[in-house]
Amino acid sequence: MKSLEELRAIKEKMKASVNDRNENSDKIKVVIGMATCGIAAGARPVMQAFLDEIAKRGLDNVTVSQTGCIGMCKLEPLVDVFLPGEEKVTYIKMTPEKAVRVVNDHIVNKNIVSEYTIGSAE
Amino acid sequence: MRELSLHILDIVQNSITAKADTITVEISENIEADELKITISDNGCGMDEETLARVNGTFATSRTTRKIGMGIALFRAAAELSDGYLTLASKKGEGTVTTAVFRHSSIDRMPLGDISGTMMLLSAKAKDFDLIYRHIWCGNEFVFSTKDIKEVIEDTPIDTPEVLNYIHDYIHENLNELFGGERDEIS
Repeated sequence: MKSLEELRAIKEKMKASVNDRNENSDKIKVVIGMATCGIAAGARPVMQAFLDEIAKRGLDNVTVSQTGCIGMCKLEPLVDVFLPGEEKVTYIKMTPEKAVRVVNDHIVNKNIVSEYTIGSAE
Repeated sequence: MRELSLHILDIVQNSITAKADTITVEISENIEADELKITISDNGCGMDEETLARVNGTFATSRTTRKIGMGIALFRAAAELSDGYLTLASKKGEGTVTTAVFRHSSIDRMPLGDISGTMMLLSAKAKDFDLIYRHIWCGNEFVFSTKDIKEVIEDTPIDTPEVLNYIHDYIHENLNELFGGERDEIS
């Protein structure tokens, strides 16, 4: 059973890493569309997969957040990835499996997964 | 939407947009009365009568970039499909209560689905508000509140992936305990 002790341990761990985090401003941002259209298309498991993979790899310079509908509902679930100093990359029709690959290839190894991007759909 | 928990994820966004500082999701399952009731209440900005009538009538949205909103309409359709109904009560300046009632045993009632996943993602947004989730099952209840989490983690952000995964597992385990074991409809 999960205990509050476990949560306290997470807090302590985060506190310890918070200094490194503030020092490097290289924050990577992952933003997931979570409006009615995104949710209906499966954005929730996609976001869970991102959080899971990021926690598993201990990537503490990545934030995952949610946004509304940006008007391309037929391409949902949509995910934007912002690497510092680089242009935003928009991934379309995401799945939990694709999310894992985006974390590994794009966020960790800095190789954009071009076949999942919006550019590949046009 | 294939799960009731996805509707909850969607409808709570309305409460967040309404700038509520406390949002309560209550799922009450009464097997004897063959009823499943989902109540989402907030103390956000609320709606005047005219707005409320508009939301009750069609595909309404408060957004200015488009004219169609589907969240409430889809949730209502899901309730009505399973011999239930949806009601909205709101008062300007006080808040809104959305209630959806389902016939528990209806073959057309969607499964609850991944409630823990929904609560985890809503908690990720719970920086400026608190989320309370109460689940009542056969007279017993489980209550989760982001207030309790925030008290422990202090200034660690609640949307830290590790914290969110903790919240997911915590709710999942407690629900299984409430139900006395895994339930097929809760993934």
